[in-house]
Amino acid sequence: MKLPAPDDAVLRRRTEIIEALRQIVPGEGVIVSEAERRAYESDGLTAYRQVPMVVVLPSRVDQVAAVLRYCQKSGVKVVPRGAGTSLSGGALPLADAVLLGMAKFNRILDIDYGNRCVVAQPGVTNLAITQAVERAGFYYAPDPSSQIACTIGGNVAENSGGVHCLKYGLTTNNILGIEMVLMDGEVIRLGGKHLDAGGYDLLGIMTGSEGLLGVVTEVTVRILPKPTTARALLIGFATTEDAGECVAAVIAAGIIPGGMEMMDRPAIHAAEAFVNAGYPLDVEALLIIELDGPPAEVDHLTDRIGAIAREHRASEIRPSRDETERLAFWSGRKAAFPAVGRISPDYYCMDGTIPRGRLAEVLTRIRGLSQRHGLAVANVFHAGDGNLHPLVLYDANKPGEIERAEALGADILRLCVEIGGVLTGEHGVGVEKRDLMGTMFDESDLAHQQRLKCAFDPDGLLNPGKVFPQLHRCAELGRLHVRAGRLPFPDLPRF
Amino acid sequence: MRTDFTVEQLADPDIAASEKVLRTCTHCGFCTATCPTYVLLGDELDSPRGRIYLIKDMLARGSVTGDTVKHIDRCLSCLSCMTTCPSGVNYMHLVDHARRWIEENYRRRWDERLLRCFLGVVLSQPLLLRLSLHCAALTKPLARFLPGQLGPLFAMAPDSVPPASLTERPRVFLAEGERRMRVALLLGCAQQVLAPEINEATIRLLTRHGNEVVVARGSGCCGSLAHHLGREVRALGFARANIDAWESERLASGLDAIVINASGCGTTVKDYGFMLREDAAYAEKAARTASLARDVTEVIEMLGLSSPLQAAGTIKRRVAYHSACSMQHGQRIHAGPKALLAAAGFEPIDVPEGHLCCGSAGTYNLLQPEIAVALRDRKLANIAGTRPDLVATGNIGCITQLAPGCDVPVVHTVELLDWATGGPAPRALTAG
Repeated sequence: MKLPAPDDAVLRRRTEIIEALRQIVPGEGVIVSEAERRAYESDGLTAYRQVPMVVVLPSRVDQVAAVLRYCQKSGVKVVPRGAGTSLSGGALPLADAVLLGMAKFNRILDIDYGNRCVVAQPGVTNLAITQAVERAGFYYAPDPSSQIACTIGGNVAENSGGVHCLKYGLTTNNILGIEMVLMDGEVIRLGGKHLDAGGYDLLGIMTGSEGLLGVVTEVTVRILPKPTTARALLIGFATTEDAGECVAAVIAAGIIPGGMEMMDRPAIHAAEAFVNAGYPLDVEALLIIELDGPPAEVDHLTDRIGAIAREHRASEIRPSRDETERLAFWSGRKAAFPAVGRISPDYYCMDGTIPRGRLAEVLTRIRGLSQRHGLAVANVFHAGDGNLHPLVLYDANKPGEIERAEALGADILRLCVEIGGVLTGEHGVGVEKRDLMGTMFDESDLAHQQRLKCAFDPDGLLNPGKVFPQLHRCAELGRLHVRAGRLPFPDLPRF
Repeated sequence: MRTDFTVEQLADPDIAASEKVLRTCTHCGFCTATCPTYVLLGDELDSPRGRIYLIKDMLARGSVTGDTVKHIDRCLSCLSCMTTCPSGVNYMHLVDHARRWIEENYRRRWDERLLRCFLGVVLSQPLLLRLSLHCAALTKPLARFLPGQLGPLFAMAPDSVPPASLTERPRVFLAEGERRMRVALLLGCAQQVLAPEINEATIRLLTRHGNEVVVARGSGCCGSLAHHLGREVRALGFARANIDAWESERLASGLDAIVINASGCGTTVKDYGFMLREDAAYAEKAARTASLARDVTEVIEMLGLSSPLQAAGTIKRRVAYHSACSMQHGQRIHAGPKALLAAAGFEPIDVPEGHLCCGSAGTYNLLQPEIAVALRDRKLANIAGTRPDLVATGNIGCITQLAPGCDVPVVHTVELLDWATGGPAPRALTAG
């Protein structure tokens, strides 16, 4: 993976840039020293690291606007960052860019039960929104596993999902409005507390734009009343194939559970070591299926799913007895990625999505790929929506392992696309899947996507090097033709 | 996480231990969310993940600058991150190593050195502390003329100092009725000066529950104050003295447990085995001592609380239970103290944001007053929101931090348990 080469002219102006940023954000908000900048060199994807030129931590919207305005005027790149939990390297810094940290924006501004929404600053964590309204019986539905730490602003940027997005949708289905700052410093608002806005769905465009179009400074999210009953079922299987077929059968039966998750043996053992949730340790695959709604519906579906599971040779079926146990079942799943740190010093988390009917086949083929590359894989994923998270286990201290992990990861994602799936379910493209975009999109698809980027950021200063495998000048995009495999503008950096 | 230590560096057992810790971290960032300083300051550098990076860098380079020291100093060692961490990173051992490393390799400004030296020596020696507090009470009006960080320190001293308690001297307190256990009590250092009634209540509670309580000759401060200041020689000196005292007591007459009633001390005594792992003469004894260490509520829970007397004042009082960081994160004791309070007839209430530190954190409120005050105010607001009649906690540090700004009395959990089972009402309840 290569990042755009740093611009020496910008690096030479570093002192002047720092001075200008200090005028905008006083005190400790501008981070300059080498040791301090280094702590910002990566996000949740540690395979890639780059010390930023300077870090700035504004705490007011006008400061964000002033930083962006200054950077646009001075031709300085900007990489926005929330809590730094991205698994696709969305907040990976650049050597010649300002890293714009939004973590100081951590206040909830308004809780409006009448309109069933919460207005939050972008640095508020996903879980903090639910915590702010749970006493009144509400919650915010999307729940990425990193919800304890990931920010709502980052959720908008990545269109984050989570365990419950099978039934309740991704971030894009659960936000009502945002305030954002454009690269030229203009502050705009999209949507609001109401359900739909006139004109094009700009809110939809912003959601999942991975920090390439603007910087979110406020988010209005929809909150939902908590279901009257929720129950989680632990279902163990002797083979991952049986578990995969069971998932497909549940969906085929027309049941949409609140969540339907799967873990394989290594993941089960690592998670159990952290939470002691009582996961069965003698199974090869574990499904956690959550049913929510009125008690009669939950009882009925528990029976139906139990029957389907038995047809698929389930070795164990255990419904949660109470709320504490239900939460314990989930806590292991939610902590499963980092818990893998107990069995491997590093992991590389993939995020492909496949048609659910082919889960069993894909899991078998992933096992083959794992053997071929000589690296173990732990599987933890959203089975219900076919969103896989194979964790490639490696040791960054061993020479060559990271490259092998990357190669195995790329093969897994190619497999996902080959059988009719997509590269990413919820983690975003970032730098991680950037170079594989060509397996999904052709040159003209990518050029069209970049034209949209140009409409927001004509100078290409916001989070460059992410998502798109090639950088284009906006001016040339209208005339991009690929003839006989030859690309125009050979001087432009291509990765 | 990737590390870059050389073979020579890894020959140092401390570096080797820290390298192991660093390698467990996957940089997921979960810890940031529950870190009090990150919640306040919103800077990665003031989060556990950021500090882990800074420490990794510092140890690998073998040098450190003031920028890094500032962020390590801001760590409360509350260990909230360890409760949150799914990967099992032992941040406590890492940050302890970092503090020690800084103390040995970095020269602080003169007023900081003076303050740290003063705190390290005075707080852990009851006689000196009592003397200093008397002096401070007299000279308080002069506090604003003192340079650097010394002014706020004097301003924080209490107006009066309670007289020394009879429990301070080595002796044996016999069990009431049939003897069920024989335990040693760690008297502690600052606690017996600031609130001698806590040890008195603890002894009454323990003996009432069939414990013979020994205050072993030679035991004293647990060493944690010095330990958290990075003054390892001194900290280990305290640890060895305690181990010697309790080992000779154990060999002479037997010991079933070492009881600690300040959870900050408990966390450290339970870690003696690790702290002295490289000391051939002490490693085994230290591990044994650590395995005998219990918080007082663990002992009472094990023995079962005797029937409460339902004294008029105790029934159905709403008690906001403030779980000290060293209790919930350091020792992972969660439900026990609340269950005991409920069994004693109180109504224990959880405080929102209960995982966040109150800012006391040993000497932290003296060294980092700004952050400590912000955390204290946040904690007091959360407590007030529960509309309690009382606040109970199991750590003297939290009591001194919270009591002055709290509308209701702040007492030690054992004072309430003692009261409910036949002891006098807590001093904080009767005084005002």
